[in-house]
Amino acid sequence: MPEATFLDANELVLNMGPQHPSTHGVLRVILKLDGEKILGTECVIGYLHRGVEKIGENRTYAMFAPYVDRMDYVAAVSNGLGYCLAVEKLLNVEAPPRAQAVRVILTELNRIASHLLWLGTHALDIGAITPLFYVMREREEILNIFEAYCGARLTTHAFRIGGLQYEVYEGMERQVKAFCKMFLPRVDEYEELLTENRIWKDRLVGVGVLTAEQCKQFGVTGPLLRAAGVKWDLRKAQPYSGYEKYDFEIPTRSNGDTYDRYIVRIQEMRQSVRIIEQAVEGIPEGPILAKVGKVIKPPVGEAYVSIEAPKGELGYFIVSDGSTQPYRVRVRPPSFVNLQALDTMARGGLVADIVAIIGTIDIVLGEVDR
Amino acid sequence: MPEENKADSSPPPGKPAATPPKAAGGGEKKPPPPKKPAVMETSPWESELTAQLGRVFGEQILEFASYLGQNFLVARPEAVVPILKYLRDEAGFDYLVDVTAVDYPEREERFDLIYIVYSFGRNERIRIKTRIRDGYEPETATVVHPTANWLEREVYDMFGIRFAHHPDMRRILLPDDWQGHPLRKDYGILEMDNRWVKDNLGIESGQ
Repeated sequence: MPEATFLDANELVLNMGPQHPSTHGVLRVILKLDGEKILGTECVIGYLHRGVEKIGENRTYAMFAPYVDRMDYVAAVSNGLGYCLAVEKLLNVEAPPRAQAVRVILTELNRIASHLLWLGTHALDIGAITPLFYVMREREEILNIFEAYCGARLTTHAFRIGGLQYEVYEGMERQVKAFCKMFLPRVDEYEELLTENRIWKDRLVGVGVLTAEQCKQFGVTGPLLRAAGVKWDLRKAQPYSGYEKYDFEIPTRSNGDTYDRYIVRIQEMRQSVRIIEQAVEGIPEGPILAKVGKVIKPPVGEAYVSIEAPKGELGYFIVSDGSTQPYRVRVRPPSFVNLQALDTMARGGLVADIVAIIGTIDIVLGEVDR
Repeated sequence: MPEENKADSSPPPGKPAATPPKAAGGGEKKPPPPKKPAVMETSPWESELTAQLGRVFGEQILEFASYLGQNFLVARPEAVVPILKYLRDEAGFDYLVDVTAVDYPEREERFDLIYIVYSFGRNERIRIKTRIRDGYEPETATVVHPTANWLEREVYDMFGIRFAHHPDMRRILLPDDWQGHPLRKDYGILEMDNRWVKDNLGIESGQ
């Protein structure tokens, strides 16, 4: 046996986070490294665990609604929509057409806001600082619309069980239309900065590959699944809130790498604009709240309802025992399930890529930990 | 706090006064509601798939039912993983959406364990339910669907249901040495592991 030299490095265990700017919150990743190569990863999560599901069992149906906004706080409107739809399913009521149209507009605006924040921070992680300033500029416009609509910018609690609390404010249609018109050229700007950028492609193409087969094994949904070539989107597969009325496409790519996920999300923003433009054009007249009664008391039963949140399939499984409080609220968070595939994506890659891979999953730790 | 809540429930100021009464349904007269039975009003679920499953698993599946248009089946605990495997290989249910549990402390078979599966090909979602007693260790589903790994760890963390032959049966959200399983019904909402809090945070209580 020859003497060990300094070249025979031992395996190195590197601790990344929980306080690390590119983990997008309090995620701790333990990396096992051989030089620059990743041999394995382990995620330590739960730093942000607030027991949301337990809180749900101890609140009435209406009281729990604002709590769900605090899970995926960059897409609070989507969380609220999923929860309202689940309770409405248990009550066997449907929101009136006017409420549905407004719900679609706000949810799609929120999808754009969520993707914008993802794009800015993901690019920042890779080293491109400029896009962050660009996306914040447009996100601000969306948050202004939210603020004008319901008074809150981030944790909006925009919807109520059975429909909406607030009527459309004066000039909302005009403001949304102006945003759509302004936004599409801005997406071109982001693409000019990034899509064919040599450094961007070098850092992303072929990194963190997840095949369609692996996505299904790990239950990975959302843009990650679509970037792997599976044309699946709950808005098309099992339409809710009137999505079947709108004409839009599901963008897909085939390589399932970080670059393809970037393209898919960019395309999704364009499709969201398409949906908003159609929805805002013909908001039906009528009531905004279905008859649900003052006290929400679903009959004994259970239901699972899921929506296409910006990050993937967001599901609510609610068990009712016939009282005013849910017996059990289970949240099926896309971030939590998608994060599980991190190890598969990172293994065998370089340590520099882990930041790109965490960014590309688009996790929000509030939703991972609940 | 209660005073605050009361204040919140009044209609928000500054909104067009016409909206809330219209939305709330106005002077809706209240017919005496018929007493709802305290059980889930399910309807039977019959299809090609249930016939097929019935042939293969026979007595192992106790019930095929449907509620609000959502189909589910109730099976014996030991049959769950074979059913998941059969559904994946023979019926195209290739995506395990979720694994979760519900606690009914007054029941002898205390927990409902629920698996939600989806088929991309059929665009169909079904639930598999099973009842287990406290202390029973159901077989892990990770051999069929790797995604069950974290989902089952969360069930263990929150309910204390250990899965047999799971590759990594540890807590996932709470600290490893935490005592108690918070989503059990006998775990109070203000309860916490004060010993852990004291040892690790140096304070008497987190509340």
